[in-house]
Amino acid sequence: MNPITDIGGQLIPGLGITISILLASALFSYLMAFIAGLCRLSKNVFLRKFTGLYVEVFRGTSLIVQLFWFVYAIPILFGVNLGSNWSIGVIAIGLNYGAYLSEVVRSSILAVAPGQSEAATALNMTSFQKMRLVIFPQAVRMMLPEFANYTIQMLKGTALVSLISLNDVLYYGNILRSSNLSYAPLIYIVVLIIYFLLALPLILFSRKAEKIAKKGVAN
Amino acid sequence: MNGNYWSWERFADAFPIVLEGLGTLISVTISTFIFALLFGFVWTFLRRIKNKQINWIVTWLMEFIRSTPPIVQLFFIYYAWPVMPVIGVTLSGFASAVIGLGIHFSCYIGEIYRSGIESVDTGQWEAATALNLSTWDKWSKIILPQAIPPTIPMLGNYFIILFKEVPITSTIGVQGILFMANSYGAQNWAYIEALTIVGLILLALSYPSAVLIKKLEVKMNTRFDKNAAIQMNKGVTQQ
Repeated sequence: MNPITDIGGQLIPGLGITISILLASALFSYLMAFIAGLCRLSKNVFLRKFTGLYVEVFRGTSLIVQLFWFVYAIPILFGVNLGSNWSIGVIAIGLNYGAYLSEVVRSSILAVAPGQSEAATALNMTSFQKMRLVIFPQAVRMMLPEFANYTIQMLKGTALVSLISLNDVLYYGNILRSSNLSYAPLIYIVVLIIYFLLALPLILFSRKAEKIAKKGVAN
Repeated sequence: MNGNYWSWERFADAFPIVLEGLGTLISVTISTFIFALLFGFVWTFLRRIKNKQINWIVTWLMEFIRSTPPIVQLFFIYYAWPVMPVIGVTLSGFASAVIGLGIHFSCYIGEIYRSGIESVDTGQWEAATALNLSTWDKWSKIILPQAIPPTIPMLGNYFIILFKEVPITSTIGVQGILFMANSYGAQNWAYIEALTIVGLILLALSYPSAVLIKKLEVKMNTRFDKNAAIQMNKGVTQQ
């Protein structure tokens, strides 16, 4: 077996799972973040408490525990079939980071200067118009850097799905290691480099997002 | 026994077994955090070197460690380090966990220190130079005492994040609560109760700490706001 390119070639089959899990769970978590973030700002006490519970439970425990729990406990406790381990991975990662990101959504909306909301009311906007035209465009800009950072965290989280027998990059790395132990250092370095290359666009975006965040926000 | 239903008996049966891992979880967390706090200074020091190339390398090395999965880093240290030529040594699961997660989190902590140091007023640096203080005195008596305390809530947050990350060390054989739950599950072919206990223990420990740190943050913010800074400057010059 010859170095880096060879090892890289053997890890590439895992990219599909890693990337598809990342994309799906990222989309799912963004959706959850907006739903939960807005629910926590709602006037309905029950809705607020319920989403509060969701956020605290998912932020208060580990992703790895949630992943195992979703695999073993959900089908038995609730009689729900979550489908393949792929969808379990997406749901667990999405719900976990959705909880973290909902706090970002909530705090960004609260951070929009109160004068903006008052001005929208003075202009006789409906509350939907106010959200869509005034609050959101400013709040979303502020959210961008944190969303990028958490997406990097999510990418790191996807490595855990190899533990629920999904064939991602780390899974192929582990297989390769068990047959060529002396190549272990090189194998894991290549695995790390693959993850880093996947994270790189997100890192660059998060740096740019910090500049975007400051533009066009009243304070 | 059959793990196809929830059983309170099994819950009671598994509880003491899972709890056996709590000591390990806490000791790994604390040792790792101490390691990360110390190693964080290394990064802060390296980033202050005024050489463009070194600065670039250090910045990207930190970025590399921060944005790659800690579980792969743990596997690297646990499985790959022993077979490295010359520098390779076999490390226990505990040592691998402390070093692996410690280095991972030190990259975050180094950045926190840096932000703390940068927020120290320039007048303080100038005053230290004007008083002809040695580099050691400048750092130990002027800069760090002002730079570090305001970062304590942020460090506390990372302590909790670390605490929740430690269960991944069960994959390299560290016998924390998750390891115990998985081995109980494998023996009895019933995972639900044991895994639920793990979740409850984590929640019971991390939620109150998070609330505590939020309170600390509010307290620190009032203490270290701009007016208070003037008071503090007086305190420093009196020494």
